[in-house]
Amino acid sequence: MKNVFVSKWGIIGVGAVIGIGAALLQYFGNPGNMGICVACFERDIAGAVGLHRAGVVQYLRPEIIGFVLGSLAAALIFREFRPRGGSAPIVRFVLGVFAMIGALVFLGCPWRAMLRLSGGDFNAVLGITGLIVGVWIGTRFLKKGYTLGRANRTSTAAGWVLPAVFFGLLLLLLIYPQAEGEAKIGVLFYSIKGPGAMHAPLLISIIAGLIIGFIAQRSRFCTMGAFRDLILFRDFHLFLGVAALVIAAFVANTVLGQFSPGFENQPVAHTQHVWNALGMVLAGLAFALAGGCPGRQLFLSGEGDGDAAVFVIGMIVGAAISHNFGLASSPAGVGSNGIAAVVIGLAVCLTIGATMKPLKAGA
Amino acid sequence: MSEVIDARGLSCPQPVLMTLEGIKKTDADEMVVLVDAEASRENVSRAVRGQGWQVCSITSEGETSRLKIQRGPK
Repeated sequence: MKNVFVSKWGIIGVGAVIGIGAALLQYFGNPGNMGICVACFERDIAGAVGLHRAGVVQYLRPEIIGFVLGSLAAALIFREFRPRGGSAPIVRFVLGVFAMIGALVFLGCPWRAMLRLSGGDFNAVLGITGLIVGVWIGTRFLKKGYTLGRANRTSTAAGWVLPAVFFGLLLLLLIYPQAEGEAKIGVLFYSIKGPGAMHAPLLISIIAGLIIGFIAQRSRFCTMGAFRDLILFRDFHLFLGVAALVIAAFVANTVLGQFSPGFENQPVAHTQHVWNALGMVLAGLAFALAGGCPGRQLFLSGEGDGDAAVFVIGMIVGAAISHNFGLASSPAGVGSNGIAAVVIGLAVCLTIGATMKPLKAGA
Repeated sequence: MSEVIDARGLSCPQPVLMTLEGIKKTDADEMVVLVDAEASRENVSRAVRGQGWQVCSITSEGETSRLKIQRGPK
C-alpha cells in the first residue's frame, strides 16, 4: 500500500495539522505557546506521578499518551509494529536525561521552540539557533562513524511495554480525575496554579494526541531530523514538515489572537539569551546522538522500539532531576544549578559522540 | 555478485550515510542495500534518487527489505 504521508505534500500536511492543532490546544486551555511541548508535557507527567514536587508543573498530559497510543494504532494497522531493542540502551537513557535538562533550561523541546516562534516569542530564535548548532555537532560525530550499534528483534511483549505504561497512565487519569482546587487526587498530583493548571479538556487533548500520533508515525515527522537531514544530505523532506508547522501555527495564532511579538513577558519563557541558546545546543546534540526529537522517540516507542522507549523514560527521569536539583528555568531565569548542568551535559554528550564507535570485527 | 550494504538494525540516518558512502566509493553500477525498517527503506530510496541512482527492485525476505539500486543513465 502506498503511504501518502511520506510524500512531499504528505509531510507538509502533517506539519500543518500539528501547527494548527497546537494553536487550537492553546486556545482550548493549554499554556501560552505550549499547545504541544513534548519536553514540558513529559515534565508535567513526572510531576503528576510525584517524581518531582514542583507544584506548578504537575499534570498527566493526555497529549503524550495519545502520541504513543496513536502511533501504536498506526503501526498495528499498517503492519509496522516491530518490537526491537538492544542498541546501547543505557547510553540512550543518559542522552534522554540530558536532552530534558537542556530543553528545560530553554523551556521547551524543538516542537515548542517552533511554536514559541510562531506565537511571536523572539527568544525562540536563540533556542532554534542553539538547536541547529547542537544538531550540527551531532552530524560531525555521525560523519566520523558514531553509532549506538544495531538493534535486534525482541519479543512482541517487549514492544508493548511502553505503550502499556502509557495506557496505565491513561487509566490513572480516568480513575483519579482532576477536581477543582485539589492538589492531589488518589495517587496523582495536580497543579492548582501555574502552567500545570492550564490545560485543554481531557477529551480534546487525548483526541488531538491520538490524531497527531497516528499521522506522525505514518509520516516519520521529526523536528531534529529536519535539520540533521538538511545539514548531512541537503535533504529538505522533513524540514518541509517543520516549516509547515511554523507557518500554519503562525496563521492560526494570528486568527485566534494568540500572536504577540517581542522578547519580554512571553509566556513560560525567560530572556537569558546565552542560556536559551546553550540549553538547546545540549538538547539538540542529545537528540541528534539518539536519532530523533522527543516527539519522534514517542512515535518510535509506539512502533515497539524499546531503545526509543528507554530514551523517553530517560527524559521523564531527567525532568525529575531538573526540578529536584534546581536545574530547570522559570520565567525569572535559569535555575540555580542550571548552568552547571548544561556544562556537565555538554561534556557527557561530547564524550558519548566521540567514543561510541562500531565494534571491530571479531571483538 | 553485487556489493551488499547491510544496514539492518541501524536507525536513521546511518543506513542513508552507509548507502551514500557506498555510492561514492564504488565503481560498480549496481549495489544491494539491506534494511529492516520502513522508514529506512523510504529514506534510502529518497537519498539514492538524489544521487542520480535508482531503486530498480525491492524484495522482502522476512523483515528484511532488499533494495537493488543502479546507477542512473548518464
